[in-house]
Amino acid sequence: MSSLVHARGAVDRTSIPPETEVRSAATISAPPDAAIALHEVSKVYGHSGDAVHALDRVSLVVATGEFVCLLGASGCGKSTLLNLVAGLDRPTSGDVTVEGRATLMFQEAALFPWLTARGNVDLALKLRGVPKAQRRTRVDELLETVHLREFDGKRPHELSGGMRQRVALARALAQDVDVLLMDEPFGALDAMTRDLLHDELEELWNTTKTTVVFVTHNVREAVRLGDRVVLLSSRPGRVTAEFPVTITRPRRIEAHEVADQAALITDQLREEVRRHSEAT
Amino acid sequence: MLPPRKTRRARAWFVVWPKVAAAGIFVLFWQLVVWSGWKPDYVLAGPADVFPRFWDDLGINADAAATTLQSAVVGFAIALLVGTVVGIGVARSKILRSALGSMITGLQTMPSIAWFPLAIVVFQLSSGAITFVVVIGAAPSIANGVIGGIDHIPPVLLRAGRVLGARGFASLRHLVLPAALPSFVAGLKQGWAFAWRSLLAGELLVLIQGRPPGLGRRLDVERQLNSSAGVMAVMMMIFIIGVLIDACFFGTLDRWIRRRYGLIDEAAMA
Repeated sequence: MSSLVHARGAVDRTSIPPETEVRSAATISAPPDAAIALHEVSKVYGHSGDAVHALDRVSLVVATGEFVCLLGASGCGKSTLLNLVAGLDRPTSGDVTVEGRATLMFQEAALFPWLTARGNVDLALKLRGVPKAQRRTRVDELLETVHLREFDGKRPHELSGGMRQRVALARALAQDVDVLLMDEPFGALDAMTRDLLHDELEELWNTTKTTVVFVTHNVREAVRLGDRVVLLSSRPGRVTAEFPVTITRPRRIEAHEVADQAALITDQLREEVRRHSEAT
Repeated sequence: MLPPRKTRRARAWFVVWPKVAAAGIFVLFWQLVVWSGWKPDYVLAGPADVFPRFWDDLGINADAAATTLQSAVVGFAIALLVGTVVGIGVARSKILRSALGSMITGLQTMPSIAWFPLAIVVFQLSSGAITFVVVIGAAPSIANGVIGGIDHIPPVLLRAGRVLGARGFASLRHLVLPAALPSFVAGLKQGWAFAWRSLLAGELLVLIQGRPPGLGRRLDVERQLNSSAGVMAVMMMIFIIGVLIDACFFGTLDRWIRRRYGLIDEAAMA
C-alpha cells in the first residue's frame, strides 16, 4: 500500500520511451544561474487542527531563461507557490530566492476598468518611474507586440477575454522583469484563442528570453509550452515528478510528439490520483 | 441594414417628452383637485394662480435661491473635504475604523435638523450655525461613500496593483481612489441630498440676522402672509433647483462614470 509520500521518482522505467526521462526533484541541485530557487518551502494556512498545508517542503529550481510549467489539479497549491515567488506572500518555512524582479499574471486579466488598454500599460510604466516622453513609444511597442495597437483606446469592457489577457501580458512585459509568473492565464479562454496565444507567448519568450513559470491544469498546454513540466500534488502540495520536454520548437499543440508526452504525463497523474484516493 | 441614427434633436426629445408629459398630468390632477372645491381657492391655489405668481416672484425667489445655494455649496465643499479625509483614514486604518466606523453611520441616521439647537447655542444665530449643520449632515454620507468604495475594490485589482509595484500614495492615487470613484459619487449624491434638506429646514425654522433670506425663509414669509400661491411658487423654485442639481448634475456625473467604468451594458438594458 503506497502512500503519496513515495510518489517522488517511483515510476516504471520500462514503459517510458528512451528520449524522455523522469527525474526526482531530490537529484536536482541548484545550478549557479538559477533565476528561482525554492528550498524546502512550506506554506500553512490556519492553525493546528484545521490547518491547510498548501505547500509541504517544496524544493524547485528554475534556470534563467527556462520555461517551466507547473501542472496539477485545482487546489494543489500552484497559485500559492506563484504568490510566494512574486513576493505577495511569505512562506511559513523554507527559502524563496528570486534573481531579479518578478511579475504575476492572473487567470483574469485584472485590468483597471477605468483605464483604456493604453492607460493600463502606461500605468505599469508610470509606476516604474519611466518619464512621459519615453512612455508613449514604449506603450506603442508593447501593444504592437501583442497585436493590439489599433485597440489602444478601448476600455477593458469593450475587449474580448483574449484581448484582455493580451493587454495584461503587455502590462506584465512593461515591467521589464526577469521572471514572468503566469497563473492559468488562458484558462478562461476558448481553445482557438488559447492556441493563438500559445504561439504568441512562445514567440515572445524566444525574443525576450525571460524566465517563465506557467501554472496550468491542462496537460497538453503544459507540454506545448514548457521546457520542463513539474507535477504538483494537492493537499499537501508537493513536487511529485518532473518531466523534461525536449520537443523542438516552435511546437504545435496537435503534433503527435506533444500528444504522446501529454499522454505519458496524464498516466502518471492518474496514478497519483489513484494512490491518493487509496491512501485516504 | 442598420436603423438610421437618431439626430441629436430626436434623442433630446425622446428624453424630454416623458418628463413633460408627467408634469402635465400632475398639473392636470392638481387643477382637478382645485376644481373639486375640496378647499376654497384662496386656501389651495390652483395652477392658474401659481404659475403667474411664480413669474412675478421670480426675481425675489431667484435671489433667495442664490443665498441658499451659496450656503449649500460652501457647506458641501467643507463636508467633501472632511468626509473624504475621514473616509480614507477609516478605510485604511484598523484603529480609526473600529473607533469611528459605526459612529459615522450613527451620525448619518440622526436628522440634521436635530443639530440646529446645539449649533445655535455654539455658533449663535450666524451662518456658522448653518454651515455646521450642513457639514454634519453631508460628511457622514460622503465618508461612507469613500469607505464603501475602498472596501469593495475587487481583491484581484489590489493584487494586480501590488504586483505593479503600487505602494502608499501612488497606490491611493492610481488604484484605490479611481476604483472607489463610483461609490464615492453615490456618497456625494446622498450627501448633497442631506445637505440640501437640512439647509432648507434650518432656514425655515431659524432666522439668521444679517443674512439675506434664503428659500426656506421665503417659504415662511409667504406662510405668514397666508399666501398659498406664494408658498407654492417658492416650492416650484425649490423643485426646479432640486431637479437641476440631482438629476442633471449628479445624474449626468453618475452616468458618465458608469459608462467609463463599463458598468452600463447597452445589450442588457434593451
